[in-house]
Amino acid sequence: MCGIAGVINRKKTVNVGEQMRLMLQGLKHRGPDSTGYAMYGTPKKKGFVMRFKISENEAEKVKAVIDSPEQLKERKTQVDAIMKKYGAKVTKQSSSTPYAFRYEFDFKGDLTGLATEIETIEKTEILSIGKGLELIKDLGDATTVSDQYGLGKFMGTHGIGHTRMATESDVDIKSAHPYWAFPFEDVSVVHNGQLTNYWGNRRVLERKGYRFNSNCDSEIIAVYIADKMARGIELEQAMHDSLDELDGVFTYVVATKDQLGMAKDYMAAKPMVIYESKDIVACASEEVAIRNIFPHEIKTYDPYEAEVKVWQV
Amino acid sequence: MAGIAKKENLAFSDENLTGRTQQLFFNPTEEENYTYYGNVDVDFNKRTSIDCTDLEARDLNQKIRDAMKKGYGTVVIKNPGAKHSLGVGILNKLNVIFEGSLGYFGIGCIDGPTVRVKGRVGWSCAENMMAGKVLVENNAGSCFGAALRGGDLIVKGNAGARTGIDMKGGTIIIGGNAGAFTGFMMQRGRIIVCGDVSANMGDSMYDGMIFVGGEVKSLGSDCVEGEMNEYEIRWLEQKLNNAEINSKTPVSKFKKYVAGKKLWNYDNLEPSERKGILG
Repeated sequence: MCGIAGVINRKKTVNVGEQMRLMLQGLKHRGPDSTGYAMYGTPKKKGFVMRFKISENEAEKVKAVIDSPEQLKERKTQVDAIMKKYGAKVTKQSSSTPYAFRYEFDFKGDLTGLATEIETIEKTEILSIGKGLELIKDLGDATTVSDQYGLGKFMGTHGIGHTRMATESDVDIKSAHPYWAFPFEDVSVVHNGQLTNYWGNRRVLERKGYRFNSNCDSEIIAVYIADKMARGIELEQAMHDSLDELDGVFTYVVATKDQLGMAKDYMAAKPMVIYESKDIVACASEEVAIRNIFPHEIKTYDPYEAEVKVWQV
Repeated sequence: MAGIAKKENLAFSDENLTGRTQQLFFNPTEEENYTYYGNVDVDFNKRTSIDCTDLEARDLNQKIRDAMKKGYGTVVIKNPGAKHSLGVGILNKLNVIFEGSLGYFGIGCIDGPTVRVKGRVGWSCAENMMAGKVLVENNAGSCFGAALRGGDLIVKGNAGARTGIDMKGGTIIIGGNAGAFTGFMMQRGRIIVCGDVSANMGDSMYDGMIFVGGEVKSLGSDCVEGEMNEYEIRWLEQKLNNAEINSKTPVSKFKKYVAGKKLWNYDNLEPSERKGILG
């Protein structure tokens, strides 16, 4: 089933972390397996923010193999070594869990090469790289993840999020949404639905050299959009193209450094509710999520089939 | 006759429903036979209000039932907060006013009440409604009036995709536009759309009618345009008037769409009627 949500504050920096937490907590009943946030802080003028994980969450009833602290330490050392090799200068680092890290670094050079090499390390996955984007995903509901990663005071302009009910792949972090559009800075996607031409599309994109970390059908949307944007196609056009080229039932929300967009398939089979005002646009699978940030009565609407909408910060 | 769309077959027809939910068969040993299930005497002048802020759907629905038992005929629900499954299963005459928006599956499976929603409704509003009147002041989500069997279901704004899917009776009135697959597999009943309708309208419909004031993007399989008669124009006018909707298109310019009846080979009789002929 899955729940998706997105919010964009126009020309204003607010506590988007808390906004997203409230919306996603309201969608918990649509999927309690994992929760993910992709949030956009004030873009850095210099350098990047990178979020990555070097192991899986070893929660109960999860297939992930438990790694020893030595293994984790070794993997982190390897990441640091690669960063050094590429000339990336880490200015700030922090971690909320033994397996997930946040690096700020200055870098001028081949970002794709750096990211690709870091991911050659066992179980290591870059969740996001961007000037504003920070992508956090873990098992548990919205409040659990928010508390674990200290997102309650995340200041930014916009963000997207996802509560997952695992249907197509495992309950773990690598199959959780949102997906970062590797290797493009600041592009992320959340999706509700199923794609039926996943493998065909995946083979096409793999031949072009794109990497897939999970077997989750939603990952393909991020890579697909990224591939289009790499060829100079605007986000809105890429989303229109996806309606014809991706098969299945879907509603997805995509964010870039200054845009938020949503697309709905031809069958209009997956829900979405939108609230638009001068200062803020919020969209979610259910109105009850939006009402968690607007307790008063608001005027909302459902987008129709094959509808694509893009909002600017 | 089957398979041919004759003009007289496309006009209004009777809508005798059998097998109502409230129908109970007499059994002398059962105590319940003294009263009719779910049916209580209410006084419409007695008014109460319920604040839904801290209530779950189940609690609110129970409170509505309790209010009915106490004889309240008008129930105002404050702060519904777009929660799901509010006001379902009311099997009695009752005046219900929601002062706000509802989430999914609102006021489903009802039989009799008059409901006004001062806000928006989510997916599958008034699903399987048997009788009564529901008026929504803003927009409605998808599957509006799914499997509707009777009554009037009105939305002043736009309705989403699959409006009136599988409906078997009653009337759906939409002041604005309707989404794709409106009237999908409808079996009886009438849909009135004052605005435009998206793709595949009336796809695989068995019977029933769709009246459209605006443009239709495309017709679904076996949905054909029919001819409106004087009686239907008068009926439309009256119906829109009662629904408090001012259509931009004059009623005489509305177009009527019906089933081509090429996709099926059943006869037009209800099971009970067929029995009469054979027996």
